[in-house]
Amino acid sequence: MTAAVTTTKDGTAASTAGRAGTFMARRSALLPALAAVIILALLFAGAELFLRGDFITPRNLSALLLDNAYLLVLAVGMTFVILTSGIDLSVGSVMAFTGILGARLLAEGLPPAIAIPAMLIGGAAIGLVIGLLVQVFSVQPFIASLAGLFLARGLAFVVSLSSIKVEDSATLWLQTTRLRLGDWYITPTGIIALLAVAVAAFVLHYTRFGRTIYAVGGQEQSARLMGLNVARAKVMAYVISGFCGGLAGLILTAYSGAGYPRNGIGTELDAIAAVVIGGTLLSGGRGYVLGSMVGVFVYGTIKTIITFMGAEQSWMQIIVGTLLLVFIVIQRVIVARSGQKSP
Amino acid sequence: MRNIVRHRLFWPALALATLITVNSAARPQFLRVTMRDGELYGALIDILRNSAPLMLVALGMTIVIATRGIDLSVGAVMAVSGAVALTIIDGSSDPNGVGTVLIAVVTAIAVAMVLGVWNGLLVSVFGIQPIIATLVLMLAGRGAALLVTDGFITTVNSEPFAFIASGYLTVLPFAFFISVAAIASIAIVERRTALGMLTEAVGINPEASRLAGVRSRGIIWGAYVLSAVLAGIAGIIYASNIKAADANAAGLLIELYAILAVVLGGTSLQGGTFSLAGTVLGVLIIQTLNSTILFMGIPSAQSPVFFAVVVVVVVVIQSQKVRSWIRALGASGRNRRSAATTEVAS
Repeated sequence: MTAAVTTTKDGTAASTAGRAGTFMARRSALLPALAAVIILALLFAGAELFLRGDFITPRNLSALLLDNAYLLVLAVGMTFVILTSGIDLSVGSVMAFTGILGARLLAEGLPPAIAIPAMLIGGAAIGLVIGLLVQVFSVQPFIASLAGLFLARGLAFVVSLSSIKVEDSATLWLQTTRLRLGDWYITPTGIIALLAVAVAAFVLHYTRFGRTIYAVGGQEQSARLMGLNVARAKVMAYVISGFCGGLAGLILTAYSGAGYPRNGIGTELDAIAAVVIGGTLLSGGRGYVLGSMVGVFVYGTIKTIITFMGAEQSWMQIIVGTLLLVFIVIQRVIVARSGQKSP
Repeated sequence: MRNIVRHRLFWPALALATLITVNSAARPQFLRVTMRDGELYGALIDILRNSAPLMLVALGMTIVIATRGIDLSVGAVMAVSGAVALTIIDGSSDPNGVGTVLIAVVTAIAVAMVLGVWNGLLVSVFGIQPIIATLVLMLAGRGAALLVTDGFITTVNSEPFAFIASGYLTVLPFAFFISVAAIASIAIVERRTALGMLTEAVGINPEASRLAGVRSRGIIWGAYVLSAVLAGIAGIIYASNIKAADANAAGLLIELYAILAVVLGGTSLQGGTFSLAGTVLGVLIIQTLNSTILFMGIPSAQSPVFFAVVVVVVVVIQSQKVRSWIRALGASGRNRRSAATTEVAS
């Protein structure tokens, strides 16, 4: 976390703020992420009390990671994009497209050594198109990624109109293998998701590229004047998001044992919600990939609680919408405050 | 000639004309309109009738975009309004009564209006980014619609309700008259009063217009209320068309198509100057393109690929980069003096 704080300092140092202002900005960036941790703790405690100690079990917590691994990977990619003050609406569709593409390639008899790289490259390629539209043609991220959404969704149906079952043992191995430690277990898909988080956290906080991402979101003009490679950072953020879409497609295909072109309709909104709940500011430049992970777990826990209570799944959308609103208001207050401190 | 090409409706109109020409060349029955029992039928009539929901939503979106905003919640509002209307009709003792349907429609529009007030409150009073403010309702709205219908797809058999989407008023579909009425009333209010100019002022420079004494808060708020009300009516038409309230499918992705229609019509997403006629053309282009894709035998699920290509081409043509490339190409061909005149003319 100390490394994260220094990164923020680098980002905001661009706006020649006073020392006190920088300190406030540093603290304020952490606040929403902490709020997410507190909410997660409250959710756990509430569920534990309400369900008389049946909730916090190794099995449930292991399942939480397993069931939300695909969303976690999407949220990691989305964090990069939102940190550059962009947005990527295409991730749900990219996940569906790469998922069905992989299932089709495997069904045609190609080995996973070809099919899996094809999925990842397919996702990254759509990300590249979006990134180039945003950077070279100055298209608003919203519209560029909207084109990406249409493209990926349409391509998913071009690959196949109906679902394709995956018989390949190597792909299914990702899901069926359970590494056990007592009652705890983890699947290769869960490991992939956690690895994605770890790599992203390392890149964002310990590399020059990561610091550039923060700088671009903090103040693009200043970052450019400092001689940072803004263009490359922005395009790469979308490529990473697309790549994560491909990875999520692989995880979801392994998880459900099939590719389905209708997968992930609206998942981009879940990913955005998880990132925002995890404390990343939509105005860019502030936030942590670990916060996004907490955001995904908040999302997953709410879903589990609703299932446990046997309530309508439609409450899910209402609760996530409300949570999103609460966090946006928190962010709004923080931005207004730090704006006053460092004008 | 030059002025015609320069007109901002030139390109959308040309695109629509091309689509219609290609269609009528490929299938002669495209232009054929037949009269049956005093009612007109044909591919063109279908386009006019089916475009009604998108037309209403896109008109509201145009005004919202003119204020530098965006409304992602329109699809969810459609789902809520359809759910409310059908639940009332379903629960009444007389589903075929005109009175019941009237009450249902008015209540549904009122609920949609409340949702619009909520969106406007978040954007204009709390100052939350429009994309995010309306995202809240986009997520929560569909859940609320599912709660209204108890998670089921409510279906009804109600003559007067079905009339809204499939009925005919004299020779043309009733839904077509709804879109015409919406176009006409918005055009009159925005263009015959100062409201349109004030809306553009707010979109071009919110701060300057506030200093000039424009009540930007009310104008922005009103835009979201209008958008939600129109989406509410669109939801009723959609529900009437399938005679059911499907909270998951109603208005799915319509916000994206509506934004596309607005952009195709030449209104910039940066806010400010807007063109209602452009949006109308944009909606007709989308609907005709849809009909073309269906005719070509391509599964409708694959049609997003075509729309993606259209979006990319349109935004790339509109971008500064390509415009400056074209200008540079044009300038290099002429001598310096005439290049300078084009610069002034543009």
